[in-house]
Amino acid sequence: MNIAKLKETWFGNVRGDVLAGIVVALALIPEAIAFSIIAGVDPMVGLYASFCIAVVIAFVGGRPGMISAATGAMALLMVTLVADHGLQYLLAATILTGVLQILFGVFKLATVMKFVPRSVMVGFVNALAILIFMAQIQHFEGEGLLMYSLVALTLAIIYIFPKLTKIIPSTLVAIIVVTVMAIYFGFDIRSVGDLGNLSSELPVFLLPDIPLTFETLAIIFPYSLSLAVVGLLESLLTANIVDDMTDTESDKNKESRGQGIANIVSGFFGGMAGCAMIGQSVINVKSGGNGRLSALVAGVFLMFLIIVLGGLVVQIPMAALAGVMIMVSISTFDWSSVKNLHKIPRTDAAVMVITVVTVVVTHDLSIGVLAGVLLSAIFFAAKISKVTVTQIVAVKGKKKVYKVDGQIFFASVNDLVAKFNFNEGIEEVEIDLTNAHLWDDSAIGALDKIESKFEQNHVKVEYVGLNAESKSLKKKIGGLSKASGH
Amino acid sequence: MYKKVLLAADGSDHSIRAASHAAKVAKIDQGKIDIVYAVDGKTSKEDVLHGLDKYQVKKERKEKLKPIIDVIEAADLECETHFVHGEPGPSIVDFANNNDYDCVVVGSRGLNKVQTMILGSVSHKIAKRVHCPVLIVK
Repeated sequence: MNIAKLKETWFGNVRGDVLAGIVVALALIPEAIAFSIIAGVDPMVGLYASFCIAVVIAFVGGRPGMISAATGAMALLMVTLVADHGLQYLLAATILTGVLQILFGVFKLATVMKFVPRSVMVGFVNALAILIFMAQIQHFEGEGLLMYSLVALTLAIIYIFPKLTKIIPSTLVAIIVVTVMAIYFGFDIRSVGDLGNLSSELPVFLLPDIPLTFETLAIIFPYSLSLAVVGLLESLLTANIVDDMTDTESDKNKESRGQGIANIVSGFFGGMAGCAMIGQSVINVKSGGNGRLSALVAGVFLMFLIIVLGGLVVQIPMAALAGVMIMVSISTFDWSSVKNLHKIPRTDAAVMVITVVTVVVTHDLSIGVLAGVLLSAIFFAAKISKVTVTQIVAVKGKKKVYKVDGQIFFASVNDLVAKFNFNEGIEEVEIDLTNAHLWDDSAIGALDKIESKFEQNHVKVEYVGLNAESKSLKKKIGGLSKASGH
Repeated sequence: MYKKVLLAADGSDHSIRAASHAAKVAKIDQGKIDIVYAVDGKTSKEDVLHGLDKYQVKKERKEKLKPIIDVIEAADLECETHFVHGEPGPSIVDFANNNDYDCVVVGSRGLNKVQTMILGSVSHKIAKRVHCPVLIVK
């Protein structure tokens, strides 16, 4: 890459990038802590991850201006791994996730994204929002009115403060106000410190403390695969959103590779797997960040704050964090999809709802995406498998013409065969396939079946109007079965 | 007098109403109308999430402005469409001030006082900060 371009992506917008990076760092801290708590690990794991991923992505990412760090989608996928096997397995799974993502990038699998239908993506973000919200409910258990009122206060500040000024992130103001109140009045409520340790230290390079056996791999691989897929899905979606917001292009395969490298580094430095964040990236661009420098500043400033203010961070009440997370879930949810649910095609609505329900039931975003993709494939097959056959009598009592319209493949052949009348006592049948397309050996099989059924009744069959592609398919497959049949 | 008119529009009813007034203003001198549509972060997110790809997204946005273009073309005037990205208020103000327009026309959503306080008024921002005459269509 030439120096001028490199300079442009790094230093083309220094002022905007530095300011936006600081804003993002402030908004990242509560989220990184809350996502660690969702995953069931110490807050440091999420903070180290956010630091490592943001900094590494600044150098190797494909979409300047996009913010990557510890995310809710990823945290939700690792809950059972952490609960059953502990932190060290999570670190190993994070490294493996990175390796898989690099492979996806190398083999240019970013383009596979297009096989994930839009309705599945909408279901994905909605399910993510619901899961983040549900993860907050546990913090209310056994708490009194104080908890509810502090959460309400947090939310009120978050939504009303931007009317006064948008320079300071309102989530930060809310957290400071609620924390100061909790310390000043000595509220008896749970704080971040009650849920995990927070040390004011820089992350250090460590190998995960796990046995390097096949058994370990068998444990972490399914988690890593889910993490890799979900991470890329969210990252590439975010990249598209940033592309649109900044009206520029980005390299999706480089981004996949970058996400992989970032996760590997995160895993070795004691962080959990992460990916791009839609909310933070939007904040970054809105605050004027669009270069690589913004992600670097975000990561470094976040670590700086934790080292300086670590002692204060542990005193943040869970009520404030739960409030921030409820805001995150509200802004993640795609409300327009609910508003327009009755307007979009019913199959698309069904795919969206099924994706959401699957995720909420299984607590696994990757299973939801898989279910959504499969369901849309089935709906698609059902939709295009409608075949119409029109009959025209050419010579009365002697010859009949059947006109076939539609896609002939495994899902539509049963319908097709049933539409012919084999016992009419005529001599000749012409089957016009001008408006039909043969797709697979089921299609050829069906044509053979029709032909032999007519021939059993001594009706001569002629196929006409095959398009070139269908013809070559019929020649390739049909030739074989015919030759053996006669 | 009004050779270059800027119409801030998003395809909503009040922006269509504004379009007919922009056409009247531009008609005086048979001027040209530039339509500007501001895409904010939230809209970006929704459009990308629902659109198939970026060409689809661009096409759908253009389609949103179709009724506006119809109004202007019906008045036999020339028009061009521009998309800017960012908060509608400031980005439209920047676009207007950077391109020397003779007049800016914008529709008002007709919000009440409470709604204005919460949602903010794009038309007020434009009226306050654009350097040329501004017509707010109620």
